[in-house]
Amino acid sequence: MELAVNIILGMMLAATPLLFAATGELVVERAGVLNLGVEGMMVIGAVAGFIVTAESGSHLAGIVGAALAGAAMALLFGLMTQVLLANQVASGLALTIFGLGLSALLGSGYSGLSIPALARIEIPLLADIPFFGPLLFRHEPMFYLSILLLLLTGWFLTRTRAGLILKAVGENHDAAHAIGHPVVLIRLLALAWGGALAGLGGAYLSIARTPLWSEEMTAGRGWIALAIVVFAGWRPNRALLGAYLFGGVTILQLHVQGLGIAIPSQYLSMLPYLVTIAVLVAISASPTRAMLRAPGSLGRTFHAQG
Amino acid sequence: MASVSIRVYCLETMTTTPLLQLESLTRSFPGIVANNQIDLTVGQGTIHALLGENGAGKSTLVKMIYGALRPDSGRMWFDGRPYAPANPATARASGVGMVFQHFSLFEAMTVAENIAVALPAELAGSDLPDRIRDVSASYGLVLDPFSRVDQLSVGERQRVEIVRCLLQSPRLIIMDEPTSVLTPGEVGRLFTVLRKLRDEGRSILYISHKLREIRNLCSHATILRRGRVVGTCDPGAETPESLARMMIGNAVRRHIRKVQEPGAVRLSIDHLNLPAATEFGVSLKDISLDVRAGEIIGIAGVAGNGQDELMAALIGERRSTTPGAISLDGAPVGNLGPTRRRAMGMAFVPEERLGHGAAAAMSLTENTLISARGRRNLARRGVLDFGAAKRFASEIVSAFNVATTAVTRQAGSLSGGNLQKFVIGREILQGPTVLIAAQPTWGVDAKSAAEIHTALDQLARAGAAILIISQDLDELLSVSDRFAVLAGGTLSAPRTSEDVTVAEIGMLMGGATHEQQDDAA
Repeated sequence: MELAVNIILGMMLAATPLLFAATGELVVERAGVLNLGVEGMMVIGAVAGFIVTAESGSHLAGIVGAALAGAAMALLFGLMTQVLLANQVASGLALTIFGLGLSALLGSGYSGLSIPALARIEIPLLADIPFFGPLLFRHEPMFYLSILLLLLTGWFLTRTRAGLILKAVGENHDAAHAIGHPVVLIRLLALAWGGALAGLGGAYLSIARTPLWSEEMTAGRGWIALAIVVFAGWRPNRALLGAYLFGGVTILQLHVQGLGIAIPSQYLSMLPYLVTIAVLVAISASPTRAMLRAPGSLGRTFHAQG
Repeated sequence: MASVSIRVYCLETMTTTPLLQLESLTRSFPGIVANNQIDLTVGQGTIHALLGENGAGKSTLVKMIYGALRPDSGRMWFDGRPYAPANPATARASGVGMVFQHFSLFEAMTVAENIAVALPAELAGSDLPDRIRDVSASYGLVLDPFSRVDQLSVGERQRVEIVRCLLQSPRLIIMDEPTSVLTPGEVGRLFTVLRKLRDEGRSILYISHKLREIRNLCSHATILRRGRVVGTCDPGAETPESLARMMIGNAVRRHIRKVQEPGAVRLSIDHLNLPAATEFGVSLKDISLDVRAGEIIGIAGVAGNGQDELMAALIGERRSTTPGAISLDGAPVGNLGPTRRRAMGMAFVPEERLGHGAAAAMSLTENTLISARGRRNLARRGVLDFGAAKRFASEIVSAFNVATTAVTRQAGSLSGGNLQKFVIGREILQGPTVLIAAQPTWGVDAKSAAEIHTALDQLARAGAAILIISQDLDELLSVSDRFAVLAGGTLSAPRTSEDVTVAEIGMLMGGATHEQQDDAA
């Protein structure tokens, strides 16, 4: 029982930063933009969150600072790809490399420092329920925030007019433009949202999970978040599943080693990506693939025509 | 007495204030003045034709009226008030709606979602599906609000566009070649809709290449050539020939094909059966047809009666399990893919020029490589020969009068008619023994259409067998020697084009087919 709770809790901890970043990137890709700079935005969010918290003493300020820093990175990407019409893949890769370097520079004076960890909220009574209490009602506020933002995103994309317009822009930007929707503006807003969430994902690592800063502490989670978006078929409910599945795999490899099972850990590290490949194959072989296919304009540069 | 005269005066002002007035509208693009000092007046409750060849500046002009482009200079008034829409949303709010030629639809979304995206928020509430059903029913444009657009035929997609426009209760409706994909019956129904809208007091700016339609429908016409207004007239008082002359500046020779003695059977379709690929598709049932050397056969039919499926089977995009179902000069090809069929002498012009006939983001030179690589030796031992591809692209451009500045231009940057000429030219200049073309002159102006028809005729005279699948009856009747109708996936026995009357063809396409179309929608 105790072990099961620990494993599931560990999975939730591992999944939360992935969920933040994947939720943000999902909105970005539904708007038709492929931002491969998730890793860079996450690591900037991690360092910004840590620095602001350390300097101000306020976790809330740190969280807000991380979101703003991530959004700023995303808007830099937006400037390059939406305004200056640079190639999205190249710009996204550059953003990741830039983010890793900049965060190392900014955080150089802060490595080795520690800040108080974000306190957990224990919901009275509910937190004492055996098994479910510790799992669901004894978490950092950022955990609840990640779920809340996912639900909000799902509601936005499926239930609101603004969400419909965003999907239309991602599906066919020329048609959206012809109808008169501001394609570039909508994409910049989506990017800012995606960047803010990636920043929150990074901040979760540096403020809540391990309250310290170390270089490249995101350790490839941005790439896993990108894989989750594909795995999810660009749908929010499946992104939740994907984040917890992929988070679970990372935790599993620790426990497998702990139990002395002789599987090299590299195999387990590969697992999320292998699963993504398998899902892509399954999607393209399925007759209902149109439901799961990528947005029509994903990654294409939008030239406003006449 | 005074009040009476004032009332009369007011009434007169109301009826004489034009709905839309343009004065000296000018718009330039790099290297070309697309619209030069355009004056245009559209009255209240009129259907006004905008006529001109491809590239005459019609698209630029309507884009300015619809707020998608800003004029460099000149002024506009809408209903007597200065009008300068900053974007299409402002234009729509002012009462200007547009039905696009290249449908601005979102494939992965439903009909209702496609419509909701284009409507202002207050019109896109949860009762939208019901209002879509109401509008489509009252105008005879049957649509299921919950079907996905990528499952709809071209004709059905146009209905989505029209319903989308009508739901915004526009006072001026711009229609860009709305009949180019419709069958005679559908055209008739569309005209009923348009006349009804006119009688409701709305005005329609109607762009079309079909002079007979314009004479039928429109009470005013403005003719553009090379970016300038070259005339205005009452099209009812003109003949198609005089309208065409104004439009292209020289007389169109109406091409009538002289029937010649056909040679040996080149393309043979023998009891071709093909189940529908999707639940929305049409199954091909027992189709048999022989096309002989020197012969042009036309296949007519209401959109969505198996044309797409027949085309896919002939191209080889869908293969038959019986190789002998399709044979080329006696050799079975039914189970072969498109490349093998091309190597054996077939050439294809699919209906959709962008995305099927040509790749929009690639240059014209690169687009020659798509289909002509083998027959024009554009590759040596697997390495592309761009010099040869470029020469071939230039050859097409000059032989078919494709208006483009360079063969390095992206295919997507050409106007629809010019790209069509390029795609047809690319196939014809490969010297195929069998050419299969769907909608060869869709969206092409009269002069270019005549050029394409002449090229098809010459290809047939050189001994090729040609099969044309088209929804343009005039075209089929004037170009083809024999003629068959595809309805519900079955093909009628071919008839000699000279002997068949339009009424008979209508019978063949039949009421049953229309019902089927409506069911599918």
